[in-house]
Amino acid sequence: MIEEAALQFDVTTAIDIILMIFLLISALAIVVMRHLFSIAMVSGVYSLLSAAFFVNLDAVDVAFTEAAVGAGMSTILILGALLLTSRREKITPNRSAFIPLIVVVVTGAALFYATFDMPNFADPNSPANTDVGLQYIQRNYDDIGVPNIVTSVLASYRGFDTLGETLVVFAAGLSVLVLLGVSSAGRLTGREDET
Amino acid sequence: MSAEFIIGHYNYWIIVILMMAGLYVVLARGNLVKKLVGLNVFQTSVFLLYITIGKVHGGTAPIEIKGAYDVVYSNPLPHVLILTAIVVGVSTLAVGLALVVRVRETYGTIEEDELVEADLVAEFGEAGKT
Amino acid sequence: MNHHLVLRVVTKILVPVILLFGLYVQFHGDYGPGGGFQAGVIFAAGIILYGLVFGLDAAKQVAPPLIVQRLMAFGVLLYAGVGVVTLALGENYLDYDILHPDLEHHTGQHYGILAVELGVGITVATVMMLLFYGFAGRNFDIKDEDW
Repeated sequence: MIEEAALQFDVTTAIDIILMIFLLISALAIVVMRHLFSIAMVSGVYSLLSAAFFVNLDAVDVAFTEAAVGAGMSTILILGALLLTSRREKITPNRSAFIPLIVVVVTGAALFYATFDMPNFADPNSPANTDVGLQYIQRNYDDIGVPNIVTSVLASYRGFDTLGETLVVFAAGLSVLVLLGVSSAGRLTGREDET
Repeated sequence: MSAEFIIGHYNYWIIVILMMAGLYVVLARGNLVKKLVGLNVFQTSVFLLYITIGKVHGGTAPIEIKGAYDVVYSNPLPHVLILTAIVVGVSTLAVGLALVVRVRETYGTIEEDELVEADLVAEFGEAGKT
Repeated sequence: MNHHLVLRVVTKILVPVILLFGLYVQFHGDYGPGGGFQAGVIFAAGIILYGLVFGLDAAKQVAPPLIVQRLMAFGVLLYAGVGVVTLALGENYLDYDILHPDLEHHTGQHYGILAVELGVGITVATVMMLLFYGFAGRNFDIKDEDW
C-alpha cells in the first residue's frame, strides 16, 4: 500500500513538473507578446494547462470548471472585446518598466520568503488538511449522503457562501447588461451617437 | 536546503513566479485588455496555490467510493472555494471588458497613457499636453 | 459565415450533444464531477457555438434575450426560495433535512441540493449567454486589415 502510494506520488510529481514548466512558458509569453489576438489564445492555453494541473492534483470538479470557463468562456469574451477595441498593444517608450519591476521583485521576494513556512507539498498532516477539510470527508456520508463531497460542501454545508457567489454572478450579468445593453429583437443596440 | 525541502516547496515557488508575471503585466503595460489578461494570470495562479495546498499524499478525488473505508481523499474545501471563484472570476472579467469597450467608444483608445492625456487636454485645454 | 459548410454541419451535430451533456452534468453532479456552475457554462457554450456559426440573430431566436434576462433572476430566486421554504417549514435557512421526512436516506438533502444546483445552473447559463449577446451585439469599427 505504501509503496503504491509512493509510486503514485512520483508520477504525480513528474506530470506536475512538466505542467509547471508549460505554465511558466505560457505566462512569460503573455508578458512578452504585443499582438492581443495571440495573447488571448495563449491565455486560453494557460487556462487549459492549469485545468490539467487541477486534474493531476485530484481537483476534478475544479478542472472541469476551469476547462469550460477559463479556456472557453474567457477566451470568447476577450476575443469579443478585441473585436470592439484594438488588435495590437501600442509600444509606449515613455512608460518606465523599471518601477513595476522593482515592485514585482520586492513583492515576489516577500512571498518567496513566506513559502519557507509552508507545509510540504501533499503533506497529509498540514493544518489545512487536518481540520475542517477532514471533518467534511468524515461526516459527509452521515450528514448529507451524497457521494461527491465537493457538491455536498458547495450546496449544503456552505450553502450561504454559494448563494452569495450566485448573486455576484447575477450582479455581473446585470452590470454588463447596463454597460453594453442587449436588444431583444434587432441585431444592434447601436451607440447613442448613431441611433 | 535539503532535497526533500525543495521537492516539497518548488510548487509554491513556481506559483509565486506566475503570480508576479501577472502582476508585472498589470503594472507595466498600458493596454487595458492586456492588463485584464494579466489579472487573469494572477488570479489563476492563486487558484493553483489553493489546489496545491489541498492535495494529500496518495489521495484521490473527493468523490466517495461506496463500501471503501481506507481510501485517502484530497481536501475538498479548497476545491469548493476555487470552483465558485472561477465562475465569479469570469463574470468580473466580463464586467472589466465591458468597461474597456465603453472606454474605447468614448475615448477612441484603450492605452492608459493616451487616456490620461485626453483627460488632461479635456480639463486644461492644450496646456494639459505633456 | 455562409460559405463555411463544414463548420455548419459539424455545429448542427455538436450543439444537441453539448446541450445534452450540459443537462447530464447538471443532474449527475451529486454522483460525479459536475454541478450547477459547470453545467450552466456548458449549456451556454452550446448556444454560443450556435450563435458564432449561424449568427447572433439565429441564437437570439433560440434563446430570446427577454426570456434569458428573466431566467437570470429566476435562478437566484429559486436558490433563495429553497431557503425560504425551509424557513417556513420551521428549520434554519437552507437546512434541507426538513424537506422530506426520510432522514435515513437523506432524501431532503438530495431534493434541496438538486433544487439549489438547478438555480445556480440557470443563473450561470443565462448570465453567460447574456455576456455573449452583450459583446457580440455591438457595432465594431475596426477594419479586417488591422488583425
